[in-house]
Amino acid sequence: MQVRAQIAMVMNLDKCIGCHTCSVTCKNVWTNRRGTEYVWFNDVETKPGIGYPKQWEDQDRWKGGWELKGGKLRLKAGGRLRKLATLFFNPELPTLDDYYEPWTYDYETLTTAGVSKHQPVARPESQVTGRPLDLQWGPNWEDDLAGAPERARLDPNLKDGVEEHVRLEYEKAFMFYLPRICEHCLNPSCVASCPSGAMYKRAEDGIVLVDQEQCRSWRMCVSGCPYKKVYFNWSTGKAEKCTLCYPRIEAGQPTICSETCVGKIRYLGVVLYDADRVQEAASVEDEKDLLPAQLSLFLDPDDPDVREQARRDGIAEDWLDAASRSPVYALAVKHRVALPLHPEYRTLPMVWYVPPLSPVMSLVEGPGSEADPDDVFPAIEELRIPIEYLANLLTAGDPEPVRVSLRRLAAMRGWTRERNLGGEPDPALAAAVGMEPREIDAMFRLLAIAKYDERYVIPQTHGEIGVNPHSRQGACGLDFEGGPGSCGALEKTKDPFGAEPLAAGGGGAGSGSNVAFLDFRKAT
Amino acid sequence: MSLLTRPRYFEEGGSADGWSTLQKDGREWERFYRERWQHDKVVRSTHGVNCTGSCSWKIHVKDGIVAWETQQTDYPTNGPDVPEYEPRGCPRGASFSWYIYSPIRVRYPYVRGVLLEMFREARVRHSGDPVEAWGSIVEDPEKARAYKSIRGKGGFVRASWDDVVDIVSAAHVYTVKKHGPDRIAGFSPIPAMSMVSHASGMRFLSLIGGVCLSFYDWYADLPPASPQIWGDQTDVPESADWWNASYIVIWGTNIPQTRTPDAHFMVEARYRGQKVVVVSPDYAGHTKFADHWLPAAAGTDGALAMAMAHVVFREFHVERTVPWFDEYVKRTTDLPFLVTLRERDGAYVADRFLRASDLGDTSENADWKTVLVDSATGETVVPNGSIGFRWGDEGAGKWNLSLEGVDPALTLLGRHDELVELDLARLDVGGASGEVLRRGVPAKRIGGRLVTTVFDLMAAQLGVRREGLPGSWPSGYDDADEPYTPAWQEPITGVDAGRVTRVAREFARNAERSQGRSMIMLGAGTNHWFHSDQIYRAILQLVTLCGCQGVNGGGWAHYVGQEKVRPISGWSTLAFALDWHRPPRQQATTPFWFLASDQYRYQRTRADVFSTPLAQGSLAGMHVADCNVLAARLGWMPSYPTFDRNPLDLAREASDAGVELPAYVVDRLQDGTLRFAAEDPDAPENFPRVLTLWRANLLGSSSKGHEYFLRHLLGVEDAAVRNVDAAPDERPNEVVWHEDAPTGKLDLFTTIDFRMNGSALYSDVVLPAATWYEKHDLSSTDLHPFVHSFNQAVPPPWEARTDFDIFGHVAERFSELAETHLGTRTDLVASPLLHDTPEELAQPFGEVRDWKRGECEAIPGKTMPKLVPVERDYAAIYRKWRSLGPLAEQLGSAAKGIALHPTVELDELRAANGEVDGRPSLARDVHWCEAILALSGVSNGRLAVEAFRSLEERTGTKLADIAEEHADVRITFGDTQVQPRKVIASPEWSGMESRDRRYSPFTINVERDVPFRTLTGRQSLYLEHAWMLEYGEGLPTYRPPLNVLGVVGTQLSGEQGRKELHVRWLSPHSKWSIHSEFQDNLHMLTLFRGGPVVWLSDVDAREIEIADNDWVEVFNRNGVVVARAVVSHRVPSGVGLMYHSQDRHVNVPLSEITETRGGTDNSVTRISMKPTHLIGGYAQLSYGFNYFGPCGTQRDEMVAVRKLQREVRY
Repeated sequence: MQVRAQIAMVMNLDKCIGCHTCSVTCKNVWTNRRGTEYVWFNDVETKPGIGYPKQWEDQDRWKGGWELKGGKLRLKAGGRLRKLATLFFNPELPTLDDYYEPWTYDYETLTTAGVSKHQPVARPESQVTGRPLDLQWGPNWEDDLAGAPERARLDPNLKDGVEEHVRLEYEKAFMFYLPRICEHCLNPSCVASCPSGAMYKRAEDGIVLVDQEQCRSWRMCVSGCPYKKVYFNWSTGKAEKCTLCYPRIEAGQPTICSETCVGKIRYLGVVLYDADRVQEAASVEDEKDLLPAQLSLFLDPDDPDVREQARRDGIAEDWLDAASRSPVYALAVKHRVALPLHPEYRTLPMVWYVPPLSPVMSLVEGPGSEADPDDVFPAIEELRIPIEYLANLLTAGDPEPVRVSLRRLAAMRGWTRERNLGGEPDPALAAAVGMEPREIDAMFRLLAIAKYDERYVIPQTHGEIGVNPHSRQGACGLDFEGGPGSCGALEKTKDPFGAEPLAAGGGGAGSGSNVAFLDFRKAT
Repeated sequence: MSLLTRPRYFEEGGSADGWSTLQKDGREWERFYRERWQHDKVVRSTHGVNCTGSCSWKIHVKDGIVAWETQQTDYPTNGPDVPEYEPRGCPRGASFSWYIYSPIRVRYPYVRGVLLEMFREARVRHSGDPVEAWGSIVEDPEKARAYKSIRGKGGFVRASWDDVVDIVSAAHVYTVKKHGPDRIAGFSPIPAMSMVSHASGMRFLSLIGGVCLSFYDWYADLPPASPQIWGDQTDVPESADWWNASYIVIWGTNIPQTRTPDAHFMVEARYRGQKVVVVSPDYAGHTKFADHWLPAAAGTDGALAMAMAHVVFREFHVERTVPWFDEYVKRTTDLPFLVTLRERDGAYVADRFLRASDLGDTSENADWKTVLVDSATGETVVPNGSIGFRWGDEGAGKWNLSLEGVDPALTLLGRHDELVELDLARLDVGGASGEVLRRGVPAKRIGGRLVTTVFDLMAAQLGVRREGLPGSWPSGYDDADEPYTPAWQEPITGVDAGRVTRVAREFARNAERSQGRSMIMLGAGTNHWFHSDQIYRAILQLVTLCGCQGVNGGGWAHYVGQEKVRPISGWSTLAFALDWHRPPRQQATTPFWFLASDQYRYQRTRADVFSTPLAQGSLAGMHVADCNVLAARLGWMPSYPTFDRNPLDLAREASDAGVELPAYVVDRLQDGTLRFAAEDPDAPENFPRVLTLWRANLLGSSSKGHEYFLRHLLGVEDAAVRNVDAAPDERPNEVVWHEDAPTGKLDLFTTIDFRMNGSALYSDVVLPAATWYEKHDLSSTDLHPFVHSFNQAVPPPWEARTDFDIFGHVAERFSELAETHLGTRTDLVASPLLHDTPEELAQPFGEVRDWKRGECEAIPGKTMPKLVPVERDYAAIYRKWRSLGPLAEQLGSAAKGIALHPTVELDELRAANGEVDGRPSLARDVHWCEAILALSGVSNGRLAVEAFRSLEERTGTKLADIAEEHADVRITFGDTQVQPRKVIASPEWSGMESRDRRYSPFTINVERDVPFRTLTGRQSLYLEHAWMLEYGEGLPTYRPPLNVLGVVGTQLSGEQGRKELHVRWLSPHSKWSIHSEFQDNLHMLTLFRGGPVVWLSDVDAREIEIADNDWVEVFNRNGVVVARAVVSHRVPSGVGLMYHSQDRHVNVPLSEITETRGGTDNSVTRISMKPTHLIGGYAQLSYGFNYFGPCGTQRDEMVAVRKLQREVRY
């Protein structure tokens, strides 16, 4: 067993209001610049729908992620030799049209137009070519089922018979929103796809990054990622992707998309996992076993053996405490209400989702309804969104885990309603969904009351490790070439406790443990 | 460097982690994103946009540039077991920083080149006198036409601040002098969204005697049902109170879309066992959260509500009674009050309330005291609390809801003298005027009159049969012929009758079990209709009958446009310069534009079209413009410009004649030598001349009848109006008809904005406003209980200035120019009879008595407007504008009729702000912030306690304890800069609130026996003003949407071979903008389709061969919209949804019909005023600014849709 810690995320789709605040704040901070106009590290899609880029979930077409071939895991796009053969023409690369051609308007006309026959108007023009643009697609073209009668049938999740349950008609309509960021997978196919070795998964927190100095523009990561969450910056010629806001995470702050989520759907916390078994878990035969396999990687942060091994593997005590309080571990493992996105891609994604309840039933009650007015909630079998659709999205087609999750959410509502109206809920209600009353109460607190410091439990990076903090304190920020804080100069300053950088736990630089990766400030 | 720097690439499964992890040293490149994130400072501010968010934001500044914004998360806590307010915000707000440096930003002052050139030339010609220069332009028809006819057609040139301030100030001085100050108007809505910016302009206008235009009624966001039922403008729960509800019906408001930062409370409350029912015609963002969806056809919500009320009344008030409901309706509603019956055609109709004076009571205000029967004794009782106790000496200590041991009889059944047949109007059939329905009530003869109770009337109206009553009744819920059963509503709404029954029953049962914690959220979807008051009253009877109103977690939650200025006393003192002069000129905006944009000329139906067969004819033959004239004449509504003469000249004439001014005016009116301007709105002397717009986009957003504005108000020659004048027999009787409709009424149209939007484009002068990250100000809302601040993250860039500085600059120049041109003058302000003053007792019994027809004497303040002389020293305007005047302490301020008297606060302000001319300084914007907070009870505990004490004298009940725990709390501007601050409970509002209590309206009334500000002092289900009875709207009822096509005929083009379709035009609030704000923001345009769109159902689109994203034309007699189609099955057939407000300045091509630019969503609408909203002078049906008045509704309109045929041209 080798214990690793990852900062993972859960999004509660049942709470998502589809407002896109996450997308906008993320864009403003990270991709609001030349070369990344079309890039949305975070986007929100309306389901059913084909998404951004178009039909990204169709791996028959894009060949993203992994597949099992002869019992061995390999990139779906083919092995390295095929990769090398297609270095200069990658047929699985989405085009700009698959994303959208970014545009702006000639706004200045409004102010500068001379006296004209008609009122001046700002016209759309391409941000790529500068020429007038006839708008045909955008990053959220399908919002709230826009254009769905013509297009939603192409949603790759409408397969395996689900399409027969879905009628795109008024009164039968349903939808939900799917906010997406990089999955920061345990088994990232983008990393494995990169011929330049420019991508890596940070061992200390699991964040997957593209080294902007090493990237050589091959774009194999773009096609290799089945979630299409690595993008090509056409201006710099480098790949860029969601960084899980590591400058904030390192400081113990939630990602921008999380903190600005006004639906309060996002949770960030530590998950401990066994790094030795990642490949094994990703290689189980039956796709439906991928969820249990991934769950089996997650380690109980309260298990003394796990904690002991984690300490040996260089994980700091405050990270272990954070893992114990992790909302992600609670929702995914303890309460089993959060599920991964497309586990069949075998990347072992680390952004999980609570499925939406969407409880609108059929619209006809019959004359003079005789329903008991105290029994107000519909059963989950009557949900508008077919469970099989959610299963295609979240559990490689297995409806059972989705059903468990939805039943638990529904049971929680019945449970709390009774108490809300002054009664005492029947413990049988909890038992029926395999939960203890205190577990329902804990889940309720996390999902409903959702205080800031319970949604986000993020241990800080230990800044003192791997540097001489004493000298850094006086000079940080002055580290320009030849300046007083120049890193090279800094590291020459003698540390009173010895020449080697300090390290928590065992191992030192280069040993493969977490602390080795904390020394990122050191100059090469 | 080699292509493949990492040999690991070839090491299949080579590392310890297999594929899973790549390890890396040399991570110093990670600085790339770390340095991007770093910033220099974070400043607290917010967005002063017309939404209820009032969200506090962190503005991140880097290298002197606003880099981005993220939400603050530091709101005071709601307690350990309630979700918090953090983070508040939405994608629109998050996109704001784009504007600051964008190419749509107005960076400099602009004037249309033609005008600037003429002005500069004239100023030289008139020896540098800008006032004379202005006069020489506007009085010259050719010159006037030269700049008016090209409005909106480009041609702006950059001007200096000195020049533009000269133009604006000179136009004001000239207009005051020539036409009168009431020909100058300003429009700036929603003060809560930046109180100082709003107040700075209104204060200037109020000081010179200009007209402050209302907005809440104009936006049709005012629910007239609220003043009608509660005597209150609107008061709603904060969003955290949704958490307390255990049953919510969301009815006409798409909470996730329009209350984005608050929606989580509803979503989370579901996890607390709350059931959510959504009523909406389309499957929308909120429907996603619904346990049940009732897809009622657009505009039929009233029918659904009536059927629900039928079920609730029958099952919870007649077949069974619920103690909670029973006690509640007896004490807090008018259900037990006695109503007289009038004989008609062998049956009876309900008439007015029985009064104490009918019983021979001669006490003070006995005409205004209503009566009930004590069930114990069977005797009549005049309980405390009716409006007769609210005013006058005798009522002191008796204006309360205490029943003093009396158990009111809800029904007279069993103690009746007779069971009589009652005729009621049903309005669902028989065209606009409806048909007669005969049912029965128990009646008793009291004081010589036959009476029944409101409860008995409601039973008859709702069709809940009780043994022995005559008339025609439903046989059961499945009786589809008799209104108002669940089966009756099914063909109207399309909603399954069983579902309606179930939801009604669950709603009431939940209220029974939770003691009132059933809530109904309402909004534009149910309110933006011509008959919105009826829709709302039909819905609101549910929360009243179920004892939910005034209960935390229960009652109505009206969420459209209701932004609450929590520190209202302080703000109103400053905004309307009440510290210097009273009364200000405050105008109901809908009738103002109805006349000013000449839309009245196109009105084809008469006011009596809605009079029922039971009506007595008091609206017979009247045009809506006639109703407006009557409302002005009787003092019901404000009407500015008031007379066909400059009020300054009137004052001089009176003075010359040696007659007291009011008497002089009454004489002249009676002898006909003086007329109301409303009687001749198209005469040049009655035009509004100068209009200033700030914090608003009137043309691109709220102008119902947009094209009429362009044509008549502005003089745009190719405005797309395709309508024709009303025929001679359709025209008003009391309004002078000019054969040639005027165009270009306005002389000067100024817009102050930071965006070059649809209003700025059509303005003569565009002034560059500072944005919300560039100034100091205050913000508050209904949706949360905090007051917080705007602060300057960066200085206004380029030549932008704050609204505050701009008005200061204009006021200063105005004062200089006024010294020679105006001096000190007496103005005559005609002010309507106001709610929450003794004037609401002016016109008893709800009768319409017209002095002009000799039906009563002409008495100012009683049968006609008050006539108040006001002395204005025009050279002192600037000095007054920037100092707090003496009336602040001499008269105090009034909120809802309760006086707040600042004392120590004046000294505190002197100390904090310094002095100007010996008065507390208002020289800087932060001084205004301090003054607003110091002079309001919600932010000044001492004032709150004092105001409660003064209310105690009137009610005779204990109230001051509500605020005593906060007596020494003073929220200063500095406090709001640190953190949003929770306000204090104050009688300025109707709800209790404290650290552990969420705000819910009317909790003070219900828990502390403070009467509602209505005729009976109770929640009013019955409204018996003569005009209400004419319309058959005494009780809540169902009125269908207007039959527009039936009146105006087809709107299809008739062109050969074109596939066209009629759809109902709906304009809900947008996901991608707040009205027109953010709609031109690149982020928002990118996130949804890049320009104006109209949503159509797939069924309709198929029929007229429209595919998703096709360009379409939407048109009718009012104008044309060009937009792209969004085709979706979530939209029902028969409607076109154009989320408002889609302005016409971005991606709008030319129309094929008009060959000119497509319009806004309001290009196909037109103002329709409901005459009953003009009622005044009668208890809660008395005027208040933004409180009561006709609404600018826009949902009843019908349009034709077709695909654009030719290639799109811009």
